[in-house]
Formats: sequence, C-alpha cells, structure tokens
Amino acid sequence: MAYALSSPSQRVSSRPGQMAAVLLIALFLGVFLIVPAGTVIYTAFTEKGTGTFTFVNFFDFFGTDLFVRSFWNSVYVSGMSVVWATVLALPLAVITTRFEFRGAIVIQTLGFVPLIMPPFVGAVAMQLLFGRNGTVNLLFNDWFGFKLPFMDGLNGVIFVQSLHYFPFILINLSTSLRNIDRAMEEAAQNLGASGFRLFRRIVFPLAMPGYLAGASLVFVKVFDDLATPLLLNVKDMLAPQAYLRVTSVGLTDPMGYVISVILIAVSIFAMWVSAIAMRGKDYSTVQRGGGGLSRRQLGPGESVVAYGVVLLILLLVLSPHIGLLLLSFATVWSFSPLPDAFTVAHYGRVFGESSLYIKNTLIYASLAGLIDVVVGGAIAYLVLRTRIVGRRWLDWAATSALAIPGVVLGIGYLRTFYGVTLPDGTPLATLWVMVVVALAIRRLPYALRACYAALQQISESLEEAAENLGATKLRTVRRIVLPLMMGGLLAGFVTSFSTAAVELSATLMLIQSNSDAPIAYGLYVFMQSPAGRGPGAALGVIAVVMVALCTLLSHYVIERRQKANGMAK
Amino acid sequence: MLKTIAVAMLVSAAGLMTAYAQGGGKVTVVTSFSKDVTDPLKAGFEASNPRFTLDVQNKSTSSGVKYLDEIKANNQVDLFWASAPDAFDSLKGKNLLAKFTPAVTGLPDKVGSYTVNDPDGFYFGFAASGYGIMWNERYLEANGLVKPAEWSDLTKPEYFDHIAIAAPSRSGTTHLTIETILQGEGWDKGWGTLKAMGGNLQQVTERSFGVPDAVNSGQTGIGVVIDFFAFSAQASGFPVGFAYPSVTTVVPANVAIVTNAPNRKGAEAFINYLLSEPGQTVLLEPSIRRLPINPALYAKAPEGFPNPFKDARFQSMIAFDADVSKKRTDVVDTLYDQLITFQLDNLKAATRAIHDTEIALAAGENAQARALLDEARGMIAAMPISADQAASAEIGDAFTGGDQKTARQAELEQQWAAFATEKYAAAKAKAEEALALTQ
Repeated sequence: MAYALSSPSQRVSSRPGQMAAVLLIALFLGVFLIVPAGTVIYTAFTEKGTGTFTFVNFFDFFGTDLFVRSFWNSVYVSGMSVVWATVLALPLAVITTRFEFRGAIVIQTLGFVPLIMPPFVGAVAMQLLFGRNGTVNLLFNDWFGFKLPFMDGLNGVIFVQSLHYFPFILINLSTSLRNIDRAMEEAAQNLGASGFRLFRRIVFPLAMPGYLAGASLVFVKVFDDLATPLLLNVKDMLAPQAYLRVTSVGLTDPMGYVISVILIAVSIFAMWVSAIAMRGKDYSTVQRGGGGLSRRQLGPGESVVAYGVVLLILLLVLSPHIGLLLLSFATVWSFSPLPDAFTVAHYGRVFGESSLYIKNTLIYASLAGLIDVVVGGAIAYLVLRTRIVGRRWLDWAATSALAIPGVVLGIGYLRTFYGVTLPDGTPLATLWVMVVVALAIRRLPYALRACYAALQQISESLEEAAENLGATKLRTVRRIVLPLMMGGLLAGFVTSFSTAAVELSATLMLIQSNSDAPIAYGLYVFMQSPAGRGPGAALGVIAVVMVALCTLLSHYVIERRQKANGMAK
Repeated sequence: MLKTIAVAMLVSAAGLMTAYAQGGGKVTVVTSFSKDVTDPLKAGFEASNPRFTLDVQNKSTSSGVKYLDEIKANNQVDLFWASAPDAFDSLKGKNLLAKFTPAVTGLPDKVGSYTVNDPDGFYFGFAASGYGIMWNERYLEANGLVKPAEWSDLTKPEYFDHIAIAAPSRSGTTHLTIETILQGEGWDKGWGTLKAMGGNLQQVTERSFGVPDAVNSGQTGIGVVIDFFAFSAQASGFPVGFAYPSVTTVVPANVAIVTNAPNRKGAEAFINYLLSEPGQTVLLEPSIRRLPINPALYAKAPEGFPNPFKDARFQSMIAFDADVSKKRTDVVDTLYDQLITFQLDNLKAATRAIHDTEIALAAGENAQARALLDEARGMIAAMPISADQAASAEIGDAFTGGDQKTARQAELEQQWAAFATEKYAAAKAKAEEALALTQ
C-alpha cells in the first residue's frame, strides 16, 4: 500500500540457503553462458598478430564511421520501437483487463502471437504484404498511384520491430494490471478521481513495473536483434554488423566480437537505467487476488469503439501471420496482391516429418522455459529480497545473454563442450540437452524480467507477517511468494517457451542430426529453395498454431486461478 | 534407468563400430544444399549402396566451415558438400580436408575457365553452374522494362533501383563472378563496371538465396544469380526468366572428405556415387538442374539445357588465374562491401545524378557538361588501392589474422569507406553541376 512514499524496507540478511542458491546460479551461468561466450568474445581484447591484451579494437570501433553510424541508428530504432510498441500494446492491455470484454483471453493470446515469428518465412510473408511490391503497395499503386515505403530503411525496421516485439509490453503490462489491488482504485474513486485521471495517477503508476519490464525488453531486444534488419537489407545497425563479421568465411577480424561486447554493455546499461527508474519507489501492494482491477461494463458506444480499436490493432499485428497462412496455401505468389491459386499440397509434403519436429520443439522449448522460470525466479528473489553479495551480478550476467548473438553462443558451446566426451566417445555438445540449455540461456532474460516485475508488486509485509507467525524462509517462499508470483512466472514461462520454439541461430550450430531437429531447423532446410517456400510456410503455420495453443492454455490457467482466488476472497 | 541408457549407448556404439568395419553404417554430411537437392541424391546413393545411410546436416556454408573448425578435435562428420570453392579452400588451408582419389576416371579437368577439382586432390567438383541474369516477368511488364541481356545493360539508367545481388563477402559464388569480371576487364576498368552496376542496385543481400527469393516474390525485378536458382524457380512455376550473358562464368560445386572422418569408407562411396553416371544423372532433375560434370550426360539432358562443354558462351571467358584470385580474395570482398554494400545510399545518389544528366544530354548535347559528367564517372570509378597493393602481403595479412603485426582490418576499412564517401559526394556535385549547364 506504500506507493511512492516508503523508503526501501529492511532486507533480510543472507543465509546459507541463499548463499547456496547464489552459488548454484552463478555456476549455471558461468558454465553455460560466461565461459562459452567468453571463449569466443575474448578475441575482442587481443591484438592482431601478437595476441596480447589490448583496447585498440575499441578505439577502432569508435574511429570507424560505419560503426558509429550503426550505433546511433540502433539507438534510434530501439527507442522508436519502444514508442510504437507502447502505442500498440497499451490499448489492448487496458481494454482486456479493465473492462468486461468478451474474448479477452483470445485477444491476449492473439496479441501474443506476433512474438512467434518463424525465421525466414515470416520475413517472406512480411515482404509479400508490405514490401515495395507487396499486396498493400500494389493495391495503393492501382488505386491511388503511389506507394508507401513501409519496409524501407530504418523506418521499415521500426515498423516491423514494433509489430514483432510489442507483446513483451502487452504481456508484462497485462500481468501487472491484473495484479493491482482493486481497493486502490476504489479509494481513488471515492476521492473523486475517474476516467483518464484515475488511469494516469493510479492505474498506470501501479502497473509501472510491468510496463518497464516490457519496455526495457523491447529496447534491448530491438537493439540486439539481427534478423529483422537483415531481412529488410538494413546493414548499418550494430547487431547485423556483428553478425556479418562473425559469420564471414575465413576472416578473423576481431570487430565482430568487439561489437558483441558493445551490444552487451548497452543491454546491461539499459536494464540498469530501468532499475534506476524504479529505485526509491515501491510498487507493491499488500492485498492480492482480488481479481485485479474492477472491470467496468462498456456502454454500447464505448463497445463499438473498443472492439474497433482492438480489431484494428489485431489486424495490423497479425498481418504477418495472415500473410504466412496465405503463403502456406499458395501455389505461386509473385508480384500480385494475392496468390495465383491455392493448394493444400504443402501441408501434405511436411506432414510426414512435422510430427518429429513438433515433438522435439515442444520438449526443447518447454524444458528451456522451465529452466528459465526457475533460474529467473530465483535471481529475481535474490536481487529484490536479499542483500547477498553479487546478486546484481547474477542479474546482469543473465541479462547479457540478450546481447550475445546466437551464433556466438553456438560456437562457444562447440568450443567448450565438444572436447568433453561421454563414455561412448560422442562429444557432450552433440547431445540434444545442450540445445535445451542454449535455448534456456538465450531466453532467460525474458523470464527474468517477468519474474522481477511480479515480485516487485508483492509487498514484503506479507512475507514478514508469515515469518512473524513462525514460518521459515523456505516455507514463506513456498506458501506466500510463489503463489502470489504465479501469474508473472507463467508470463515468463510463456514468453521463454514461445520464443525458444522458433529460435534458429544457436540451434543451427548445435543440431547434429535430423532426428534431434526442432521445427525452426526444418523450416530453414525448406527455405533454401523456391520449391520449399510453400512447405516452409506450412511448417511455420504449424509452429505458430502449436505455440499459440500452448499460450492460450496458460492464459486460461491464469484466468481460472484469478477467478478462483476472487471467489475465495 | 541411467544404467540402461548407458548400456544401450554402449551397445549401439559397438553396433556402429562393427558396421563401419564391414564398410557400412551412417555417413554424415554437412551441406548447404537444400532438401530439393539432397533428398534425390540421398535416395540414389542409398539405393546403390544399401549398406550405407546418409545423414544430412544442413548448415549455411559459413556455419559449416566454422562448425568443422570447432569440432576438429573429435570430428564426427564425414563429408563437406557445398557450392563455394573458397569455403573448401579455407577448409583445406586449415588441414580440415582429407586427400582422396575418386574411382571414377575420365572426367574433364576444366569446365569453362575453371579447374574442376582441387589440384592437390582435396576436393572435387561434381556439378557446374553458370552465372547470369534472372528477372521477374510481371515486374518487368509492370515497370515497362525490357529484359536485360548483357552485364553492361545493368548499368543503364532505366534499370536504376531494380537490381539485386548477393554480397561477394557472403556468397562464394558471387565472389567468383566479381573476380572474373576483375580479371577479364582489368582492375580499374572492372571496378568501374562493378560500381556502375552497384549504383543501380536496389539491395545487396547477405545470402545467395536472398536474391532469387526477392525476384521470385517480385520485390525486385532483376537479380544476378547462379543458374539453378532460376531454373528451379521456373520449375516451381514462378513467372521468372533467366539468360546467360554472352560472357559468363561457370563455377563448380564441390564435395570433400573431412579429416579423420569416422566413416571414411562411406565418405569415399558417396563421392564415387556422386561422380558416377547414375549420380550425375540425378542432377538433371527439374528441381535440381545443375550442370553435370560428365560431358556424356548432356545427351540425356532435356531440350534447351545448357552445355558448358560445348556452348561458346562458357568458353569465351579468359583463363581464370586462381593464384591471383586467392591472394586478394579478402581484399576484393572487403572493398566491395566498403565501396558498394555499405555505401549504397551515397553511391545511388551519385548514380542517380549521373543518370539524370545523361538523359538531359541525350536531349541536347553540351560539351562542357559532357566533360563534367565524364569527370564524375571517373570519381565514382576511382579506387583507393591498386591491383598490386591488393595482392600485396602487407594488405592481405590485415585480413588473415596472420602472425605479422600489420595494419588492422578496421583501419583499412575506415580509410576505404572515407575515400568512397568523399568521391561519391564529389561525383554527385559534379553531375549536378553538369545538369545545371544543360538547362
């Protein structure tokens, strides 16, 4: 209940159990993130020829026009993407959590789907719809005689990135909104606040942890994303520059790794700034499980507006997937608003192999999601609830995973674990478990942010009360903290799970045989030839539907829990 | 539970060992080829060698090279199978390929101007592909463009902003085409052509397949591509056309055995199959359409199938000097990136100004403006380094991470980029000055 006035409350001192947790997590991050990435990235600090330690490569970075230009382009694009992602996410989050709105679960799920953009096919579908000769522009040209450069240059990157990553804000903001105590709102209403003022002064500030968690993720993810700029042929941004340099045949230029170091530094800096923004403010509330904010009934006029806005946003953010669906049924789609004809043959072609891919994907992604929630939840707890030494470092180390290009991590894994052999002589790195760990590391920051936001909303007084009543630390965590964080944990799991399901860059390095391959690899194999485009799109649709179903299921669970809690109260 | 797994693993490992000893078992191949290519060849290989199964691992060429390098201490891969000869050269340089003498004999030494096999016997060409120009029929019609026939057509004003190419630093086959133009026309004139073409580019893609992909979907009208991309797109029904210019290059696609291959016998059997007549015949399938390396097979080829061993277009290129190429590979790629790929906006702005002036001059000639325009063209064509410098160890070593302490790659890149920025801006100003004179 202590919004904005309480000083940071007293934290408990460290205990052996917490110490052990810190050590375990540090070991996990050390073995699977820092050492593998370090073996690759240390090149950034070595001098050419002699191999001695040096910072000269960093001077080169700032002395090169291309890199400096790329740096500022990346900052600009990331900032603008946060703005546009907020514009898309805010109405959806508010309408579905604050009003009695039919189909709120469906909207929450659909609003989440853009995050699941299968590699390559997603890009092709976007170009076919919004590209310079895509559906929209061909129609515009016919009707009005002009074209809009949706997909050209930096603005194109901003456009695609905000569509792609706005679910980060949507999912975290919605969870936060659901967790706000109704009493706060009612108190404000009793004092005469209503409408926009109520939203601005009470609801939005209380949802701040969720919003910031989402917004900082969008910023960092856009900053570190290389797939979208490359698909739009924008090369003067940092992440694509790093990728192009790391993956060139035969070159041993350190600059790719230098850029990776810069990406990591900026990512951690952004997370640090968002932590600063939250400092000195306490967003937790004591009451829980009131079913979130009271839901208002919409008037007929309001209903029309609300449905209109929601549908419009959904149509926009789902357009890549609509394009993907069309592509998966298309015979030939070339320089025309719609495909020439439709067929189901592509689904027939992928049917046989897709069951194996689906099975592998589900196993890998759910294990990775599980690891992320456990590790992320533990880190969030240690950072927010204890004063143990090095807790911030855990947070930063885990966050830096966002900035490490997948291919760097993949090479690092091969380098670190290929030498370790199992009794029968097969290298450790060839086991599918390594793919799971790599995916978990890559997606850990998503789950971490969600857990962080969830914990920030829980008042410590609840835990103190439990301890005063004689509960041990462990019991308090199990009976008080975990149940109250459940929404946030699920949000974290869903984000990690669904993005891990379509991850390719690290996977491509680590997959050793077709029988271990996840769906993203199957897609990659198809998308290398003109005849494979349709089947690739069909696999993409299967991936999206599969992940969306799992997401829908977990939303359903959250919703059920909230209702059950509300009843109990 | 764990025990059962361990026992099962040991048993299966023992099973594999015996299978290898008898000349059978799993043959692991790392390849950049798509399913359309690997599936029919896998089926054919397994049918003619029933004891072997082929395990295909798809990786992009660059990841494949990195992968083999990282796993060399405990290699589990038998074969590397991809297009770009430079990737094989890089692997050979790192001692990651094993020598082999195929059982199949009587195949030609050269296709077009390229040597088919590695002279030291480390890798073998199994198919050839020619470079040419691919276009989207609907795109050309909608934009009122005629089909381009020659490389020089691509420098014309009407094709401004309609062309795509893969970056030579990302595509080994594009690199060979660039190198062939440089060797054919000479360093300075060759770069002049490349930059004039570069000024008309809509995009420089980072994957070879990005170009045919963009043409297929109609995002761009014209692409510089390797022939099978266009043939297989046509076979899939896309409204695209393709032509070899009168001077073109043929590049071989290769296969090699990896050092310490766990199933060496299987690897040898696969290469022998690939070079044998049944294996070569599979290449003629519509979804693959690569040019077999066995000249006899062209008798079986469908109507209109190009024959690099007879067709004059493939013979007219000057002899390709592999040594010259090798010495400056990285330098040429980096120059292309720094002067064209990463300077595309500046280069296009200058090129557009030149095109505008050229069109104005066509309406009324003006000697003074013509002189300025030629000057502008010269500025665009100017190179920061000469052919001799490009081949020098001094500059070459900056890219190889050699033991010598030389200039760093980043320093050179910055110099070249600054050079290009300045020249393109000056060229644009000159062309605009010339345009002003015509009005």
